Amino acid sequence: MSGHSNWPEWVYVGVVIALMCWVGAEAWEAERLVEHVPADAKTIIVTGQQWFWTFEHEDGTKEIGELHVEKGKAYKFEIHSKDVNHAFNIHDYVVLMDAIPGRVNTVWFAPMEVGTHDIQCREYCGLIHYNMRGTLIVEEPSS
Amino acid sequence: MVLELQKPRPIWQIMFSTHHTDVGLLYLIMSLGFLFLGGALALVIRAELFLPGAQIIGDAMTFNRIFTVHGTTLIFLFIIPFASAVGNYYVPIMVRYKDMAYPKLNAIAFWLIPPGGALIWLGFADFTWYATPPYSIISAPGPAADMWIFGLKILGISSVLGAINFVVTILKCKHPDMSIGQVPLLAWSFLSSSLIILVAIPTFAAALLMLLTDRLGVSGFFNPVMGGDPIAYAHLFWFTFHPEVYVLVIPAIGMMYEIIPRFSRKPIYSFNSGIFAFVLLSIVGFSSWAHHMYATGMSFTEKTVFMVGTLAAVPASAMHVFNFIATMWNGRIKFATPMMWAVGGIALFFSAGAGGVANAAMPLDFTTHDTYWVVGHFHLFVMGTIAFGSIGFVYYMFPYVTGRMYNETMGKVHFILSFIGTVLVFFTQHVLGLYGMPRRIFDYPPIPEWIAMNQIVTVGAMVIGVSMAIFLVNMIYSAGKGKLANTDDPFDLGGKYYYPFEAKNPSH
Repeated sequence: MSGHSNWPEWVYVGVVIALMCWVGAEAWEAERLVEHVPADAKTIIVTGQQWFWTFEHEDGTKEIGELHVEKGKAYKFEIHSKDVNHAFNIHDYVVLMDAIPGRVNTVWFAPMEVGTHDIQCREYCGLIHYNMRGTLIVEEPSS
Repeated sequence: MVLELQKPRPIWQIMFSTHHTDVGLLYLIMSLGFLFLGGALALVIRAELFLPGAQIIGDAMTFNRIFTVHGTTLIFLFIIPFASAVGNYYVPIMVRYKDMAYPKLNAIAFWLIPPGGALIWLGFADFTWYATPPYSIISAPGPAADMWIFGLKILGISSVLGAINFVVTILKCKHPDMSIGQVPLLAWSFLSSSLIILVAIPTFAAALLMLLTDRLGVSGFFNPVMGGDPIAYAHLFWFTFHPEVYVLVIPAIGMMYEIIPRFSRKPIYSFNSGIFAFVLLSIVGFSSWAHHMYATGMSFTEKTVFMVGTLAAVPASAMHVFNFIATMWNGRIKFATPMMWAVGGIALFFSAGAGGVANAAMPLDFTTHDTYWVVGHFHLFVMGTIAFGSIGFVYYMFPYVTGRMYNETMGKVHFILSFIGTVLVFFTQHVLGLYGMPRRIFDYPPIPEWIAMNQIVTVGAMVIGVSMAIFLVNMIYSAGKGKLANTDDPFDLGGKYYYPFEAKNPSH
């Protein structure tokens, strides 16, 4: 449309692009830090199946529906699925990773306080998806 | 335009017609019918989630079927056919051609939709609108899943035929005196969205066939037991359906481009930036599909690429918002019902886009993905933007289609209740998602915050339900008994900026 100047639109588009660059850079930096798994993290094998979670610690201990971890230690989850897609989620610690049959996904966390938190499935997996829940129990270190 | 109800014809004349306004009328009535059906399912879902425990639906399977059919219906049987209805009415007139380029193909494209819709509704599948494999291959019960696959296949063919028709009509049949840069923005929106359909849909068409043969057990594309990979389906699906989001939203933006300048009594602030933003959106729409898949175990590099691709779509969307506001600035705005819907839709479009930026940022996505945040986010697009633009356009078209005026007071009450309801439902769902409630769940543990927010959402949904009942009554009553419209200027806006509707159909 001729006859009027477009500078407000250019300024506006410039501001939006600058904002997006800022959001992208912050997200890139944060994600880079979050994905860095500490070297001393203990591995826990998480298996999702319709409709419960199984956990296997490094020492071979197995748990179903409940996961006991110690405060102040880092844990790396190796996430498997036996049947369909699930998503392993501890919302309070922003732990979320899909459990996909035929793949192993990893995610890590380090609980800093004693307490209990909900574990849930966040990817639709059928009839009892809504109740594919578990409990995370963070305890004082045993030693 | 048609003025159906002033010159009644036997219904079969309309049904077997290939004329663009007749096909448009069929699209219009069918898509609004599915809007009410799909909306009714949403009310059932919300009633069920009002409290923890089973409320009105006996079992989880029925609930899962209801939300699957709710989503499939409103996307494929309301939004897309509604856009085709508007396109059929307006595109030939805007490019000054006597009809669509291929009238018979046009009628075929419409008549593919009822069988597709029937398959989806009679089957009532439960595997979500994403048809998630390997669940849909090894676990989803019965013929429902196969019926859904065939239904979607048919609807996909209908979309492709419709898109070919729009592209040819606009590019090849426009009046020789008219350059492509003079084609109105509503027609441009159909050109952009049709081109996206032609590029995007074949991928999903292939994925559907692969899903079907997987279900039959003769292949294992997405079945890990047979060496396949469910993530391959995710890529194929989202390569179609992220661009498809723009297929849904672009015509609604086009409808707002028709309404906003008209009721502001000003020309569009920048016609060229409107075209530029449409074209840009249709291109960058293809660079962001895997942002739905951050949590499937993608590498850091992949996530970064798709985050950048997603953020790249924001300036183009923002240009539309700017254009609307700059058009209204200093205009003599008349807040008739269509204008209220369009302005409300722009406000919600902006909110939806802002939420989308948070989703796209990698670390935040792990908080929001597959929670009610996402449900709230995309509903702000499909309900807040697309349905608002579309319903505004229903009111805008009403005098041209029926020759009568709708009841203005009821239209405004409809808007106010819908707007309040939409804000209550979908903004609250964002917060609910931050509290961790997953989507697609039949029941939830009695966490006090979850219960409170679910109740707010259900109340909001019922407010929308009431407003839609008012809409239905208004449409049916006014079509027969409303006061006669002045079809030269039904909204009493003065002629200066009014789109010339003198291209009324000679054959009616």
